[in-house]
Amino acid sequence: MEYEPVIGLEVHVQLKTETKMFTRAPYHYGAEPNTLTDPVVLGMPGTLPVMNKKAVEMTIKAGLLLGCKIPETSKWDRKNYFYPDMPKNYQISQFDQPICDGGEVEIEMEGASRNIMGEHRKVQLTRIHLEEDVGKLTHCENESLVDYNRAGAPLVEIVSEPDLYSADEAFAYLTALRNCLVAAGISECDMEKGQMRCDANVSIRPKGTHELGTKVEIKNLNTISGVRNGIIYEIQRQTLAMENNQPIVQETRRWNAEEAYTTSMRSKEMAHDYRYFPDPDLMPVRVSKEWLNEVARDIPELPFDKQRRFFNDYDLPYTLTSVLCPDAKLAAYFEEALTIYKKPKQIANFIANDLLRELSAAGEHGALPLESCKIKPAHIAELVQFIDKGEISNQIAKEVFPEMFRTGNPPGQIIEEKGLKQSTDTGELEAVCLEVIAENPKPVQEFKEGKEAAINALKGQVMKATRGKANPKLVDDLLRQLLS
Amino acid sequence: MSERNNIDIDYVANLARLELTADEKAKFSGQLEDILKYFDKLNTIDVSGEEPMAHPFPVFNVLGEDKPSATLSQEDALANAPKQRNQQLVVPKVVE
Repeated sequence: MEYEPVIGLEVHVQLKTETKMFTRAPYHYGAEPNTLTDPVVLGMPGTLPVMNKKAVEMTIKAGLLLGCKIPETSKWDRKNYFYPDMPKNYQISQFDQPICDGGEVEIEMEGASRNIMGEHRKVQLTRIHLEEDVGKLTHCENESLVDYNRAGAPLVEIVSEPDLYSADEAFAYLTALRNCLVAAGISECDMEKGQMRCDANVSIRPKGTHELGTKVEIKNLNTISGVRNGIIYEIQRQTLAMENNQPIVQETRRWNAEEAYTTSMRSKEMAHDYRYFPDPDLMPVRVSKEWLNEVARDIPELPFDKQRRFFNDYDLPYTLTSVLCPDAKLAAYFEEALTIYKKPKQIANFIANDLLRELSAAGEHGALPLESCKIKPAHIAELVQFIDKGEISNQIAKEVFPEMFRTGNPPGQIIEEKGLKQSTDTGELEAVCLEVIAENPKPVQEFKEGKEAAINALKGQVMKATRGKANPKLVDDLLRQLLS
Repeated sequence: MSERNNIDIDYVANLARLELTADEKAKFSGQLEDILKYFDKLNTIDVSGEEPMAHPFPVFNVLGEDKPSATLSQEDALANAPKQRNQQLVVPKVVE
């Protein structure tokens, strides 16, 4: 029998605020352990939580971005449990009245090849709620170490419906979700820094049936490829169990990335009883029409909408849009260059190829961020202008570019200083052409015998002798004149 | 009505991380069941037309601006920990 997997993802995303969810202790990644705490974070008696306005707004923003309904009222609940990652023995979360209901994420599947767009589909969301993050535990031989820096940081949980049907779809979903949230400035979504974390609910069912099978929750999927690999493994494990008539137990399993398998953490019978109840210390949130409109003003264009616009407005090929559009900053950089000189394809090529190559070579840990790039968008537009005016060749432009990147100087200055302007001095060029003709009797002979392509060998020699500064069109004209 | 009030005292004690003696279990079971009787009384009231509410006061949106304020020093943050190492609290090994 053939089986079909059904997957739902629970994605936790840290919001890009300066302070924590219910107190104004700062939060940022990479601080010394236990330096970002205050009495509220440590759950000292008598402390009271105060909501972070920006975190609430960012959650509403995420909801509007993903087409969720924003109910008028949402409230806070305590999720009770004993575990040293939370000093007050409960986590403040939202149980039955989250800030966002429903919603959807547009995903793109992998295309038949790198330059062909894949199929698009909308994945349904259940809800998005806001809660506080918990502290970080490091497990040693006989004891565990606790760092409360992360405890209390604003965290949204984005819950999808069981609406993903392969590990590749889960991968596409996470990628698309991350692109949207980063574009809106809601989170950096860096999985390495724990800013985006994912649990997957996986079940399988006979293909063609509609009832959901017993679901297994997989935790510890710490990278996007880990999510894909963990799900692939779990689908295989469940399929094998079904084929051997073994029951699939509803349980939580941990993904072990190094050894590539999942192990049971706890079964349903051992599941927590969180005893949720409304937090008496926190008043509900009421989102007025005015507040909603205010947040809505700040909603950016979604990456896939941008891509459709780039196809229509700039007639760019898929490969260029798929580099520019997922990265809102890069796309904005491109469009700024266009305001100077509207040659989308040439400018997009310089950005997608030359600029990204220089940025990735210049960074010490991953690529250098675009903000630190010395080349202004206008400089790339000017460079393309120089090519179009025939003042430099494409080949010279490729030499000018790294110089622009290194110095931040405009291309005009570099061309001037290095004497790279294309030679249009016919007399000087004619002398070079004559020399090349004299030194290359074989292609000359061939050309005269009617072999048209032989002229390219001569042109190449002229370009070499002028170090690429000669105008190719002019060289072609001169050679033909001299050989006729 | 009252058969619903059978408290599983072992389960409740375990959730609260309490170790109870047999006497205590008997005593607290009775007390907790008495408390639940009050709820049975409340449950006799018809509230089908009422909107549930978590708070008695109609106050909403008590919000703070996202401006960082003071933190505890690392030393103070760790002061109550019975054991510490590498600037962190040490607890018995607990893996979920």
